Amino acid sequence: MVRFILSKLLYLVPTFLGITIIAFSFVRILPGDPVLLMAGERGVTPERHAELTAQLGYDKHVVLQYFDFLGRLLQGDLGNSLVTKKPVLTEFLALFPATVELGLCAIIIATVIGVPVGVLAAIKRGSWFDQVSMTTALVGFSMPIFWWGLLLIIFFSGILGWTPVSGRISLMYFFPDVTGFMLIDSLISGQSGAFRSAISHLILPSVVLATIPLAVIARQTRSAMLEVMGEDYVRTARAKGMPASRVIGIHALRNAMIPVITTIGLQIGVLMAGAILTETIFSWPGIGKWMIDSISRRDYPVVQSGLLLIAGLVMLVNLLVDLTYGLINPRIRNK
Amino acid sequence: MKHLPVLASALTMALAAQVAEAKTFVYCSEASPEGFDPSPYTAGGTFDASAHPVYNRLTEFKKGTTEVEPGLAESWEVSEDGLEYTFHLRKGVKWHSSDKFTPSREFNADDVIFSFERQGKADHPWHQYIAGITYEYYTSMAMPELIKSIEKVDDYTVKFTLNTPEAPFLANIAMPFASIVSKEYADTLDAAGTKEDLNNAPIGTGPFKFVAYQKDAVIRYQKNPDYWGPAPLIDDLVFAITPDAAVRLQKLKAGECHLMPYPAPADIEAIKADSNLKLDEQAGLNVGYLAYNTTMAPFDNPKVRKALNMAINKQAIVDAVFQGAAEPAKNPIPPTMWSYNDAIQDDPYDPEAAKKMLEEEGVTDLSMKIWAMPVQRPYMPNARRTAELMQEDLSKIGVSVEIVSYEWGEYLSKSMEPGRDGAVILGWTGDNGDPDNFLSVLLSCDSAGEGGANRAFWCNEEFSKLLKDAKVTADPAERTALYEQAQVIFKDQAPWFTIAHSTQYVPMSAKVSGFVMSPLGDFTFETVDIAE
Repeated sequence: MVRFILSKLLYLVPTFLGITIIAFSFVRILPGDPVLLMAGERGVTPERHAELTAQLGYDKHVVLQYFDFLGRLLQGDLGNSLVTKKPVLTEFLALFPATVELGLCAIIIATVIGVPVGVLAAIKRGSWFDQVSMTTALVGFSMPIFWWGLLLIIFFSGILGWTPVSGRISLMYFFPDVTGFMLIDSLISGQSGAFRSAISHLILPSVVLATIPLAVIARQTRSAMLEVMGEDYVRTARAKGMPASRVIGIHALRNAMIPVITTIGLQIGVLMAGAILTETIFSWPGIGKWMIDSISRRDYPVVQSGLLLIAGLVMLVNLLVDLTYGLINPRIRNK
Repeated sequence: MKHLPVLASALTMALAAQVAEAKTFVYCSEASPEGFDPSPYTAGGTFDASAHPVYNRLTEFKKGTTEVEPGLAESWEVSEDGLEYTFHLRKGVKWHSSDKFTPSREFNADDVIFSFERQGKADHPWHQYIAGITYEYYTSMAMPELIKSIEKVDDYTVKFTLNTPEAPFLANIAMPFASIVSKEYADTLDAAGTKEDLNNAPIGTGPFKFVAYQKDAVIRYQKNPDYWGPAPLIDDLVFAITPDAAVRLQKLKAGECHLMPYPAPADIEAIKADSNLKLDEQAGLNVGYLAYNTTMAPFDNPKVRKALNMAINKQAIVDAVFQGAAEPAKNPIPPTMWSYNDAIQDDPYDPEAAKKMLEEEGVTDLSMKIWAMPVQRPYMPNARRTAELMQEDLSKIGVSVEIVSYEWGEYLSKSMEPGRDGAVILGWTGDNGDPDNFLSVLLSCDSAGEGGANRAFWCNEEFSKLLKDAKVTADPAERTALYEQAQVIFKDQAPWFTIAHSTQYVPMSAKVSGFVMSPLGDFTFETVDIAE
């Protein structure tokens, strides 16, 4: 198992280097430069432009800039935001818990609903439940997040008044950040009603963010189950008179889980992309909204280091998924 | 001991009752502040969160106007030659206190000198208190060239000496970048090694004290009980940062906030129809325009420009693009600004006459480019659509138009490149309510070169001379006459097609009273109240 983990870790090194190059070039390929955007309609004299560019270190050759970035990265320095002038890592850590909280809720909703729906659809293949759930999943998968979020806000918050429109907690509650996770902090604060308020603020954004992963997981679970249920050993198990619940629960589901777990792992990347839109609609102070703001201001250090942090995170989750295969299927770790 | 939980819950209830009694005003702001020190930044959203609630300036804009009135300076004298400004400072102005800072003295001349010198002097210990910080407004308002020296005459008198007379100076120092910060607070932070807190935990003299900021989410302020001006009517001020206009409106409707900026033009009718909401509106201090390249043939000929202007149906643009929420523009400055010359007649929309004028000038088969901005701005909701309407109108007089666009940063720089091919759609929102802030910045010979903002590259000596004279004239009546004359030359020479001055809307809950719209687009809350 140790060798298995080490070999997986070794793969991460070139991947990580590749990501640094992509993250670094991404913002620089985009047209527009931060100094001009800062000046706006007013304009900036060529001398002042040169002065500011030099101050930011963007007058150097781009390759040198990359090695500067890499060098500082190895010392754990992710740079400072051009706009707020604060360290990128400080900003990331302040905003990250909000995204994790939202993402976790979304992935839990997606898994808890998606897997059973997929299994049921596979067992009752061709039934009305199968058809309705899979059509709904297809609709969910194609849902434009921005429009979907606004629709839910208008219906549930505007017309019915059941959920708050946006934010993480009602503004009447005010307590210091301890963990950055609003559900935990509101409990610690001991203010009555705070936890309920935090939950009610989480519902709509997590449903919106869960929509696409939920659809993908349900469809993936169904097809994986169907494939496994056609295997010889399942037929054998059935033939020897094993009860259906045992056949499905033990023999089929366990084997069908491998592609499903892969899918759930891959959804972390999808979640990060969805978080950008979801956080913008629901004024959710997470890293998705932060990245959008920074890209539009060409805040190079935030975009490149932010991308790197997010990519690193997705890599980490995928590594964990790989390791999970090893746990579920011993053949993989011994290969 | 078994009574303890009861006691505790009674206490909580009492506290909750107290919280309920405090008047909390929630503003759904549109953007996160870049920081809380107003001087290094340029965004309006940043100033609404820093300069306006927390700080004051020597001079202030009278609420709802662009007139300058006394702020931290109670009065001032200007020398005959217009070079010396002596400010008499207000006494008894208290600085805010926080859990980290308790002021030992009131506001005085040291704070004024500190606030300006830290921006102007590159060797000042606070000039680079955060690595990479710059003072763009101070620089772009030409303060480094303008201010020769600042002297402390006594604790409550400060003398500014300028290098050249500058009539708009009093308006310039009413702008957010010139906010007065506490020197004593800066010294305390320096000693504690936490200089960056000047930007994170501001201490000012303004109507509201800063309490806390949760990045990208909420900013909290508390009423300053010792405020030197009229005390705020609300106890707590909260900014709920909500970038999307549709979501802001939903929050306003749901009662999650009391007031919001920048509604989507398409929502205006629905807001007017909603009896729980009310809508304030005001002509904005802005102008949207199409700037020809006046250095390139045939656009170097004023008659050709005039003919093109007459071929474009301005009212149609106002109706279709601004959805009526704008006033057609005839002058380069908005009608709410002093010295606006209302006697000027706009060029009539007359395609027939326009066609004839072009023929007279020997211009046939003209093809040109129109640049459409890729972003929405307060003065221009949809540049692409505007360009399309212009394209259609101009095709009727035989001018073929190609519409081009670039990424915003590139658009701004490429449109200032000499020899630019085509006319550019752009606009301007005033900084300080002074006509010079429009005319000199956008149309003078000085701004026609690189790094300027004169995108027509229009240099009319007579026009520029009038502006220069006005700038060194202290008498408002004389200045008005000079600017009025400048507008006549502008109209005659037609370097731009002036499009519109867009109307600014502020939707708020019907319970809100006392909000005063600012022509400068500021959002301030010391006069607002909420009905129970």
